[in-house]
This record gives sequence, structure tokens and C-alpha cells, in this order.
Amino acid sequence: MTNENKIRMQLQCPMPKLDFDVITLGHGSGGTLTNKLLDCGVFDILSNNFLDKRHDGAFLNMNGQMAFSTDSFLVSPIFFPGGNIGEIAVNGTVNDLAVCGAQPKYLSLSFIIEEGLKMTEFWEVLLAIRSACEEANVKIVTGDTKVVEKGKGDKIFINTSGVGAIHPKANIDEGNIKKGDKIIVSGNIATHGMSIMSIREGLDFDTTIESDTTNLNHTISQLLDEYGEKIHLLKDPTRGGVATVLKEIAESSKFGIDLFENNLPIDEQVGSACELLGLDPLYVANEGLFISFVDASIADSFLDSLKQLDKGKNAQIIGTVVVEHPKQVILESSIGGKRVVNMLPGEQLPRIC
Amino acid sequence: MKEYRDPQLAKKYLDEIKRTVTQDWTIMEVCGGQTHSLVKNGIIEMLPEQITMIHGPGCPVCVTPLNLIDKAIYLALVKNVILCSFGDMLRVPGSRMNLLEAKAKGADIRVLYSPLEAIKIAEENPEQDIVFFAVGFETTAPANALSVIHAHRKGLSNYSILASHVLVPPAMKAVINDEENQIDGFLAAGHVCTIMGNAEYYPLSEQHGVPIVVTGFEPLDVLQGILMVLRQLEADKTGVENQYSRIVKEEGNPEAQKMIFEVFEVKDQMWRGIGEIPDSGFALKDKYQAFDAAKKYNVEIEEAPEHPDCISGQIMKGIKKPYECSQFGKKCKPTNPLGAPMVSSEGACAAYYHFSGLAEK
Repeated sequence: MTNENKIRMQLQCPMPKLDFDVITLGHGSGGTLTNKLLDCGVFDILSNNFLDKRHDGAFLNMNGQMAFSTDSFLVSPIFFPGGNIGEIAVNGTVNDLAVCGAQPKYLSLSFIIEEGLKMTEFWEVLLAIRSACEEANVKIVTGDTKVVEKGKGDKIFINTSGVGAIHPKANIDEGNIKKGDKIIVSGNIATHGMSIMSIREGLDFDTTIESDTTNLNHTISQLLDEYGEKIHLLKDPTRGGVATVLKEIAESSKFGIDLFENNLPIDEQVGSACELLGLDPLYVANEGLFISFVDASIADSFLDSLKQLDKGKNAQIIGTVVVEHPKQVILESSIGGKRVVNMLPGEQLPRIC
Repeated sequence: MKEYRDPQLAKKYLDEIKRTVTQDWTIMEVCGGQTHSLVKNGIIEMLPEQITMIHGPGCPVCVTPLNLIDKAIYLALVKNVILCSFGDMLRVPGSRMNLLEAKAKGADIRVLYSPLEAIKIAEENPEQDIVFFAVGFETTAPANALSVIHAHRKGLSNYSILASHVLVPPAMKAVINDEENQIDGFLAAGHVCTIMGNAEYYPLSEQHGVPIVVTGFEPLDVLQGILMVLRQLEADKTGVENQYSRIVKEEGNPEAQKMIFEVFEVKDQMWRGIGEIPDSGFALKDKYQAFDAAKKYNVEIEEAPEHPDCISGQIMKGIKKPYECSQFGKKCKPTNPLGAPMVSSEGACAAYYHFSGLAEK
């Protein structure tokens, strides 16, 4: 969410007066307190024709091929430079649908809140959710709120699921990948993960590293309008980073992938933070980023178009699909050496020195 | 950073290495960071066949004694201390579990970047005992020493360190003295020399007739270091040179040394996989005994045997390559390491595994 939007939301949406400063177990009981929380907060903020019916589920009209996706969001801390868990929860599912070639339309929204969460924090998360929905042009049509005892959660967990109709020109399928396809990343890698890491670990840099969380559906939709079936595959490299996604794709196909370290776009500060902590940016999480496998014939034009768009200005061609070394991802290092890129056995742990 | 990763310069160094080499040479890079750089940048395959790189014992988590890991786990699980540790220590196998598993079983284990953060935790939690798992080479010793000095000044009785400090020059000496050693020259660990200086390497080089080049970690550093060792070898010279002079001063960092020797004294030290090496570790001086977690909690844990199939000692002494181990990539993988070098990104086995064709299925 842009700062301007944040300020606008806060001015327009003063928090209603509630009897409690914090979320209590009662707010998840289904009784009066739950209703009060919903009436004074959730429904007001997220109001739309579907949600306002307040039925057990939403009544939707849908035709044709749809994509359906779900994701759960646990972020610590829930507020970080460049966003909060609310935006990530909306953008995450929106982007999962977008990389299916779908135009996300309706989302469900479920909270699991830890007792004691400040009402002001919950309010801020709700505002971020609304703003992210407006920007992505999606509606929250059904939802749920549960509260767990203190110590049994981490402030707030959010699940969103979403549906959207497949773009008429989209044909996204791993089976479409072919030799010579160019692999294009839409922006700087490792930004979100290092933003979270730097605040979690109290690392001081000259300027704050802001998360790249954003919706990608409009950007992808424009590219699909223009390039249609020439876009063979889209993926969002969130957890596990770019390396993990590419390795997964290579493993499930009959092709190999050549990757070029010198082409990987990375913000200088993010790169330094990775160096400092001994982390490989290829494995660090991203949020507002997608990887495209496109037909070689359109690769340059696709890259130019993507670079014209706000969310693709740092885009780069980072690799090629090859028939040599099937199922392997081979990276050409900055000095011209070669190495294999594998998945990590677990999460990356900062090294000693 | 890009200037140390320039492909044109790399090619120049490689061409020069190829022009210079006339016979087979074996060079050990002492530090795990250099091993990581060699493998990550694909340098080993780019070198001429005559040059064999072998990977030294310079991975601090790899050489931390098994028994000490068991002690750390015991302190965290049974004594309910808040155990603070550097990140890559968490996956190193103890005899029954690692610290990550202990954490999953309810131990309060926190990943920190500096022991000074542990001091802050100790101040904020006066009711709880905080133990910092002070592992590392000479590079981490000043900060660990400083944490003890701070705790002493502030009268923090709830802070102590479980120390396993290892020193590089005695380990190099032990490696040279090993009967099976075939090392012709060394890349010494640049970061260690930023603290301790280069003085200890002169007698080592002279007595054993080996070239030693103090080397950095970027790909061009490593290539230049190799070239410098090679030039000495081909000219039948032995001496100490400093490739990493942009960072390493001849005398090191006297302030940091002062801090270290205020708190620590040199002692014999057990190296996992290698055994005891004389004068190769740091122990807390008498004045600071109160901050020695091993003594404070008087933990006695039976010495457990290493996994019988693990040949990590031979790997860290450079006698064998990871792929020469019968269990490499079979029973022993990063998800199920039989020995410590399969854990840290700087461990030779993990580096070979991760950047080789052996994908984790």
C-alpha cells in the first residue's frame, strides 16, 4: 500500500469505540463480542454486496474455467517496512491466482487471532486488507474469526482463498515449456525476505529495506493481453526463493535450466545484507515478484513491455530452458564458473563468520 | 563487491595460473568460507588439472566437539536456560538430537548474530539464565570476550558462555604434521588474520617449508591467492604473503587481541573429527570463571561416539574428498547429516553436496 493510501485510509476510517483495547477469547466465541467486533469493524471496512448478506457462505455467479487457490500467512513481525500481514494475505492469494493466468475476483478471509492482540493493530491490518483488495480489484466475500489463548499463536494468522476466471488468452502449463524458452524475473530478488530479516534481527542499514509486497494481477493481465499463449508458464517465487521454484520446475519437466548470476537483479543494499548474514539471495523469499517462461521469439519484446510497467521496471532475462542436463538447474557464476542449484534441506541459517 | 567478481579479471588470473603451473600441486584452503567460495563460484572445475584444492578444518561448527553440543542441548532442555547461538550451529548433530530438535521439544533457543545481543536478553530477563554458545575461530573471539567483559562490569550473574574457541595456526601445524598430509601450500584464512595478524605464519612456513598466502573470500581473492601460492611453489620458494592486504594488517587488530587476552587464555582444545590439538583453543581466565557455563552448571555428559561411518576427520585434514566417503549422498545428506561437515554451508561435505549434481529428492 502506498503511503498516501495509508494516510487516506487512516483519516477516513477512525477505529470504532469498542469495549476492549485488546482481542479477548470472547471475540472468537461466536456470541455478542464476536458480533460486535464484526459489526463495528470487519463488515464496515470490507463491506460489499456478497459479504453484507452475512450468510454462512457467499453466493457467486461463475462461468467457464476458473482457478482456485488458498494460502495461510504467518509473518513475524506482523508490521514490517513496506506493509503488514493484511496486505500480504490479500496479495499472496491474488498473485497465486494471477500466475495461474486467472483474474482474481473473490477471496475468503479467515483470522486466527492470539488473545491480547491490540485492537488498534487489528484495525490497521483490516485497513491494509481493504486497501489491498481495492488495488487488486477483488472482494472479500466470506470469512471467519477465531481467537486462541495467549501463547498459542503469534499475534495473528490469516488464511485467504480465492477464485478467478482464467484470462481468455492464457494457457499456463508446465507442459508448455520448451527448449530455448527465456526465463524472466519481474524485479529485484530477495527484497521481502531481507526486509523481514533486517527488522527481525535489528540490522541497521543506511535506508530501510522495504518489502516488495504488491499485487501482480494487473501486470500479468496486461502481458497476457499482449502475448497470450507465448507465455508458457508463470510462477511466484515466494518461500524458498527463485532457486527453489526453478529447481521444482526443472525436476517436474524433461528440461534443464541455465541461469546467469550476473543477470540476477538485486538491490545493492539487499545484496549487502545477504552477504553480511551469509545468505544466498537465490533462496530468500519474495512477495511482489513473478517468473515468466516465455517463447524465445517474444522474449525481448516481453521484457521491454514488462520494463514499461510499474511493477516490472527491474525485470531481467535470467535464464534459458535447455535440453542438456535435464532436471538440473546450472548457474553460471559471476566469474564464469558453473555450479548446480539445488533445493535447500531446510531454512537458511545465518553462518558464524 | 562486483570488483571482486569481475569475469574478465577472473579469466586473467586463470590464464596466468595455467601459464605458471608446470607440475602437480596440492593446495589447502584453510577456511570454510574459501571452500564455499570455491565451490559456489565453480572455481574448482576452472582450475588446471595439475592443481588439487583440498579443504581445511576451517569450519567452526564442524569442529565443535560432539560432547559440547550435547551439553548445550542439556542446558537448554533440562536446565531451562535461554540458549543463544549462531544460526548454523543449530543443525549440527549431537549424539541424540540437534539444537533445532531441542527447540521443537520446547527448549528456548535463540539465533543471534552477536553475543552482545545475548547480554541484552540477560538484562531484560533477570529471572532467567542465559547461555551463549560461544563457538568460532579467532574471528568471533573478540565479541565473545567483550560480552564477558560487559557481563562482568554490569554484574550480570545470569549470563555465561559455553565456549568452544578454536585457533587456526595450531590446526594448520597439526595438519602438516599428519603423516598422510600431502599439502604443498596454504591459503590462510583472511578474516582470522584481520584479528590476529600474520606473525604466527612465518615460523610455520619456514619450519615446514610451505608457502602460506593470507587470502580473502571473494572469487577473485581466492584465484589470486592460488596464483600467489603457485608462483612460490614453481619458483621453489617458501614464504608468507598477504593477498588480502586491503583488509589484513601485518599486526592484525591489537585492540581486539587485547580484548581476547583480557578474557581468554590459550589451552589444548578438542577438535571434532580430528582430536586434541595442543594450544589450539581458548579457555576463560580465572578472573572470569563465573561466566563459564560448563563450570557454572557442572554438566557432566558421557562422551558419545561419532557415527562409525563418518570420516569427517580425514576430510578436514584434507586426506580424503567428501565424495570418497562411502556414505556421501547416501546415508549422509544435509537433511540427515552423519557428521558436522555435511551441515554448515562452509562444511566441505555440505558445499560439495549442495553445489554438486546430487539433488535432494
